[in-house]
Amino acid sequence: MSLMNWIDDRFPATKVWNEHLAEYYAPKNFNFWYFFGSLALMMLVLQIVTGILLAMNYKPDADLAFASVEYIMRDVPGGWFIRYMHSTGSSAFFIVVYLHMFRGLIYGSYRTPRELIWIIGMVIYLAMMATAFFGYLLPWGQMSYWGAQVIVNLFDAIPLIGGALSEWVRGDYVISDITLNRFYAFHYLVPFILVALVYVHIVALHQVGSNNPDGIEIKKGPKGNRWDENAPADGIPFHPYYSVKDIAGVVGFLILFFAVVFFAPEMGGYFLEAPNFEPANPLKTPEHIAPVWYFTPFYAILRAVPSFAGTQVWGVIAMFASILIMFFLPWLDRSPVKSIRYKGPITKFMIGMFVVVFIVLGYLGTQAPSPLYTTMSQIGTILYFAFFLLMPIYSKLDKTKPVPERVTE
Amino acid sequence: MKKLAITLLIALMPSTLLAAGAGLDLKPANVDLRDKASMQRGAGYFINYCQACHSLKFMRLNRVAKDLGIPEDIAKAEMMLGDAKIGDPMLNTIPEDQAKSWFGVAPPDLSLTSRLRGDDWIYNYLISFYKDPSAPSGWNNTVFENAAMPHVLANLQGVQELDHETHELKLVSRGSKTDEYDQIAHDITSFLSYVGEPIKAKRQMYGIFVMVFLLLFFVLAYALKKEYWRDVH
Repeated sequence: MSLMNWIDDRFPATKVWNEHLAEYYAPKNFNFWYFFGSLALMMLVLQIVTGILLAMNYKPDADLAFASVEYIMRDVPGGWFIRYMHSTGSSAFFIVVYLHMFRGLIYGSYRTPRELIWIIGMVIYLAMMATAFFGYLLPWGQMSYWGAQVIVNLFDAIPLIGGALSEWVRGDYVISDITLNRFYAFHYLVPFILVALVYVHIVALHQVGSNNPDGIEIKKGPKGNRWDENAPADGIPFHPYYSVKDIAGVVGFLILFFAVVFFAPEMGGYFLEAPNFEPANPLKTPEHIAPVWYFTPFYAILRAVPSFAGTQVWGVIAMFASILIMFFLPWLDRSPVKSIRYKGPITKFMIGMFVVVFIVLGYLGTQAPSPLYTTMSQIGTILYFAFFLLMPIYSKLDKTKPVPERVTE
Repeated sequence: MKKLAITLLIALMPSTLLAAGAGLDLKPANVDLRDKASMQRGAGYFINYCQACHSLKFMRLNRVAKDLGIPEDIAKAEMMLGDAKIGDPMLNTIPEDQAKSWFGVAPPDLSLTSRLRGDDWIYNYLISFYKDPSAPSGWNNTVFENAAMPHVLANLQGVQELDHETHELKLVSRGSKTDEYDQIAHDITSFLSYVGEPIKAKRQMYGIFVMVFLLLFFVLAYALKKEYWRDVH
């Protein structure tokens, strides 16, 4: 141990290990929903590792990009495997993060004293969306090209400065080689900012301690467990208990993940879209342009809002508002209890409705618009915002059950 | 509110996917990527009938030979066009500007057509040419209306005409291989399906090994978790 002492005198290796793993006391009643934090971290690492390997053979050039992806798929040994892990990984990362956010929503993990963890998490989510958006242009297929064209054109709707702004983002009048180069630069940069944000997210979490399915503060409960007389009685050391549990979770997740990678990498056109197997052609607009599934709920909201007063900016505002409103969740929830286990029927109904609305909007965002679908998107948009804006009222009105003093099994 | 949710769900039931060619009533191509004989024959037809105009610029001939079990000396003798080398991509021989002036559009590269449009689309396209005196090439196609491509396989399939009332194709004169033509179309489709993703058959095989490994790993990981957690419960 003298080597460890030598290091500890110069760098707090043992201290960090203990504070964040071996002597970090997490509530002992984590359930299925608590796998998705560690899974999200694993996906971030997997995306960075596979991304760096792809970058070694990818060419960010409008004339070469599409062919370089096919070169990776065919001529680079194992290149297809790296590429499918990366393309499946982006969808898997969003699935995991959506489930992680949903966990926070149902167990009130955003409530005092965890407001900052939630806000940092939302910043992480925005950075993920930016990374995914930049990355989606890189294969330079038809859907890459026209998807980026549509999204960057959103800036055009902003009065006065819109045109100049979208031109500044693209560096050209249309999506072109110069746009591809800068998107590639950002696609490589933002993931490392994500790493820094995730670090801050975890530091903030370990400052206040983890929430749990009962929404009980174990630090305020009785003290003393088998490992430490001052630690919370309902806490267990993260390592080894949750590290071994998370290994099982990781392997279970990888079974599903690699089933997609090896047997259905296109996932029926939702993870890899058929039109993206045609190189980008600025002169040929596809019949139907839709973003990837993880953006479609917000895309449906964008399309649902009609233009009035001579501008389409309202849809853009609604779309950004639908994401930004999540930042305010800690202050919208006025319930005296945190967890859905002790909340009343109104809250349970509203959360159920929100899930249905989010999925339905996501589906509508993938489809070509029709009068029925537009009406449905409009209803969905109203319900989406109602979930958040009415929360101060219904969360306060709703009946609650008494919260036990100790966590339940 | 519940009624509304149910109405919304019912409206979403016919969830058609985004693949091109949706809406067409396509016969299944039933491609089997383990059927190397079919893909070999398909490669032969492709080189003889298609490759003059259509390139496979992402497909190298030596990879085709290796994957489909064709000896390299045979591939060199029978399958190379012009002064190509065995490791070259399978390019077409028609100059692009001439093709454009003859057909109106340059014949597209077919490396990724199976992924863009699907195997069923290719198979149905190949069996759906009919004689149309009003079309510039004299041919039309029910799967891809007003396609610029003439029916280069007509002397194999024979000539079909479209009954404009029933919208059904009927054979009006036989070709040299009319009875085998469905198989020929199937073989070409199999080959192009392989070309779309040469690793596909192997990928699925590797996948089975990965699944077996992960399932065993999961049993161990779960047992380890159980063992550690005995003293928590």
